[in-house]
Amino acid sequence: MAGLHNSEFSNPVINWIDTRLPIFTMMQKEYGSFPTPKNFNYFWNFGALATVNLLLMIATGVFLAMNYTPNTSMAFESVQRIMRDVNYGWLLRYLHSNGASMFFIVVYIHIFRGMYYGSYKKPRELLWILGVVILLLMMATAFMGYVLPWGQMSYWGATVITNLFSAIPLVGDSIVTLLWGGFSVDNPTLNRFFSLHYLMPFVLIAVVFLHVAALHITGSNNPLGIDVKTPQDTLPFHPYYTAKDSVGMCVWAMVLAALVFFAPNFLGDPANFIPANPLQTPAEIVPEWYFLPFYAILRSVPDKLGGVSMMFGSIIVLFILPWLDTSPVRSARFRPIYRVLMWVLVIDLLALGAVGAHRPEGIWVVIGRASTAWYFLHFLVLLPLLGKFEKTLPLPDSISQPVLKGGIGGGPLAGAAAAQSMEKN
Amino acid sequence: MADSAAATIGHHPPGHGPADGTKRDFLALVAGAGGAVLVGALAWPFIDSMNPSKDVLALSSTDVDISPIPAGSAITVVWRGKPIFVRHRTAKEITEAQNVKVADLIDPSAPATDAERIKAGHEQWLVVIGICTHLGCIPLGNKPTDPRGDYGGWFCPCHGSQYDTAGRVRHGPAPLNLPLPPYAFETDTKIKIG
Repeated sequence: MAGLHNSEFSNPVINWIDTRLPIFTMMQKEYGSFPTPKNFNYFWNFGALATVNLLLMIATGVFLAMNYTPNTSMAFESVQRIMRDVNYGWLLRYLHSNGASMFFIVVYIHIFRGMYYGSYKKPRELLWILGVVILLLMMATAFMGYVLPWGQMSYWGATVITNLFSAIPLVGDSIVTLLWGGFSVDNPTLNRFFSLHYLMPFVLIAVVFLHVAALHITGSNNPLGIDVKTPQDTLPFHPYYTAKDSVGMCVWAMVLAALVFFAPNFLGDPANFIPANPLQTPAEIVPEWYFLPFYAILRSVPDKLGGVSMMFGSIIVLFILPWLDTSPVRSARFRPIYRVLMWVLVIDLLALGAVGAHRPEGIWVVIGRASTAWYFLHFLVLLPLLGKFEKTLPLPDSISQPVLKGGIGGGPLAGAAAAQSMEKN
Repeated sequence: MADSAAATIGHHPPGHGPADGTKRDFLALVAGAGGAVLVGALAWPFIDSMNPSKDVLALSSTDVDISPIPAGSAITVVWRGKPIFVRHRTAKEITEAQNVKVADLIDPSAPATDAERIKAGHEQWLVVIGICTHLGCIPLGNKPTDPRGDYGGWFCPCHGSQYDTAGRVRHGPAPLNLPLPPYAFETDTKIKIG
């Protein structure tokens, strides 16, 4: 379907470009007038925050790479040089390392939002699956990035994580040798991890693009979890949600700045200030905080292959979540039991995080096993059954209705809000 | 948003219309200006990180023992990654360099006289940065058997620039004299560059 685009922009330069390549029309359609449910709460900030966070990671990462040396004899020193000698190198590195933590905080809340409000349900299953792909890519990228400073935790983290693949029957050891490019984690491993760590964020950008493209086909879910029925249920994305996202972005930037400027190593491990030593494992070896729940699942199973399978399974189960949850109602607001279960799952994951941070001794083993069991029980047993037995609350007729009636979210301003939304549409 | 704001203004000229139009303009300007300042402030650390780092800037110094250099020859030493020519000039070369009128030079800016280009009392020693000021090649002429051009100093093989025995450009295309590195005589036979 070739042919020039009939651009409506009055600026002659923009019109000239837009006629030949209608990117301005596309931006206006997808981010300007894009009809967006008018009842978003602040949980709907986190997709935009994650995108901005990814861009920050790429920007700081590209500049860090200008000063980093991926060689076992120089990597640790080059990072110290970045911290001490490169202009603002400390800022770039602390933004990058704490930005990684912020990225996981933002994405974990984003995932919670999707689960709590049933955003993964029809017709947004593929959107959700692309999100899980993003999570997996993020995890791989974060892991390889953590190896690059070549401290003790870098080295032994790389050793432990790559050895996970040795649990695969028959070919496990060959795969690990392939990953290492040798017979232990060494210079070839560091080289390829650097190469892949630089590559993966751009793959992430591509998947994020697909994620957003899919979102703009289905449209956004909303806190009520019901479909948009009339234009009165929506607001144009700009300026309403650009403004709302900006508020969230300020808070995000403040938290990141607080970490970077006042506690830059709060989330790090002191053992990574020691250069990698292939002949001595640190006494306390733990992953970064964002991997702790998965690490806890790995250690809770007293079997090598079993533990590795359960750990990967804990992510894989998310892929089939749209089909495990059989309830036709999306939002937890109208699902009294599911709502409680969601918070129990949050507590369960926090408990797993705590287990992951402690030595597997005494009570921590028990808590770890119980929490692991509950995690899988939640997804594989409770969710499928809940759809059949849960008595859900009546859904409002439309997104506008609770506001107009002064019901949920209503108040003295309900009338004014409704009048305003009529005017804007 | 710019369109709708403009439309509002069109109907209600500033000062007469409802507060809504001017307020929106004000907010857009504040947000735009704030965003521009923020992006600029954020961009600077990134840009500055590409400038020379402290370890590069740290004025590394190089000690050179000049006693083995025979008269009429020069040696090349490395300082801050650059070649430095240290030349032991003959009496004839010194006289030639001193007799040149500044007005005859391509680059008469200071330091241009021979006295300005050497350390007093050490007239036989010339220390210059050995990088042609045209496009960065290293000129020939350290050994007496090298081509030295018509002025007896250095000859650049890349584009034929010629320098005299005080390191001044006498024949183009190079526009400037060879620059002088900071250096001092520690003893009569030892200099410290940097």
